[in-house]
Amino acid sequence: MNPGTSRIRVTDLDGVMRVEFVDRDILDEAAIRQISSELVRRIDAASAPFMLISFRGVEHLSSAALGTLITVNSLAKKRGGQLRLSDIKPSILEVFVITKLNKLFHISDTAERALEGFGRT
Amino acid sequence: MSPSPDAADEGSSHLREESGEIERVQAGIAQALLERHYSQASIFAIRLSIEEAIMNGFQHGNRADPNKRVEVRWFIDRTIARFHVIDEGEGFDPTVVPDPTLDENLEIPSGRGLMLIRAYMSEARYHGLGNHLEMSFRKPVSP
Repeated sequence: MNPGTSRIRVTDLDGVMRVEFVDRDILDEAAIRQISSELVRRIDAASAPFMLISFRGVEHLSSAALGTLITVNSLAKKRGGQLRLSDIKPSILEVFVITKLNKLFHISDTAERALEGFGRT
Repeated sequence: MSPSPDAADEGSSHLREESGEIERVQAGIAQALLERHYSQASIFAIRLSIEEAIMNGFQHGNRADPNKRVEVRWFIDRTIARFHVIDEGEGFDPTVVPDPTLDENLEIPSGRGLMLIRAYMSEARYHGLGNHLEMSFRKPVSP
C-alpha cells in the first residue's frame, strides 16, 4: 500500500459528503487506520457533517473497519450531523446483522435512497 | 499449495504484521478452498474469520509488538477447513469478553472479531492460556 495515496473518494453532493472506497477489500489494518484518519479529519472540518458512505464495489470488510464506522458515526452525531451507509452487498450486510450494527447505522439499499431527506435541507 | 484438489492442502506460516505476508497466505488459502469447491459464501466466511483471528493475535495477543509473530497453520480438504492461529502473547480468558451486541456495547468500536469467528466458523476454541485458537469450517453438503 502506498501511504501517500488516499483510500477513499469523496464528492460533495449539496452539503453531503459522499464517500466511496478505492479498495475492494477493507481488511488491512494500515489501510483502515488511514481511512479512519481521513474520515475523522473530514468530519472534524465540517460544522454539521452529513456523510454518506457507499460500499459499492466492496467485497470484504473486517471488524476493524466496523470500528472505524462506529467512531465516525459517533463523531458525526456529536457535531450535529449524521452518517448514512448504502450499497452494501448481502454478504457484508450479514456482518452488520450478526453484530447487530444494523440497529446502530442508517442503512439504505442505494445511495440515491440514502440521500432522500439527508443533509441541511 | 497442492496442485491436486483431491489431496488435502496443508501448510503453516509465521506472519509479521504489515509485511504483505497476510495477503499472500490469505490468497493461497482462498485458492486452495476454490480448488476444493468451497462456495464463495464459504470462502467469504473463512477469509473473514482468518483475518479476525490474525488481527486479534497481533493487536490483543502480541499487543502490537513488531518483534512478535503470529503462526497460522491450515489443513483444507474437500469437507473441512481447519486452522490454528497462535500468537506470542500471554493469552486471555475468552469467557470474559463483553457481548458487543448488547445495546450498551453497540457504540464501542472494538471487540467484534471473536464473535464474527464464532458466527461464521463451525467450531472455534482456545487452547492453553488463550493464545492458541483452533477453528474449523465444515463445507455444507450440497443438496
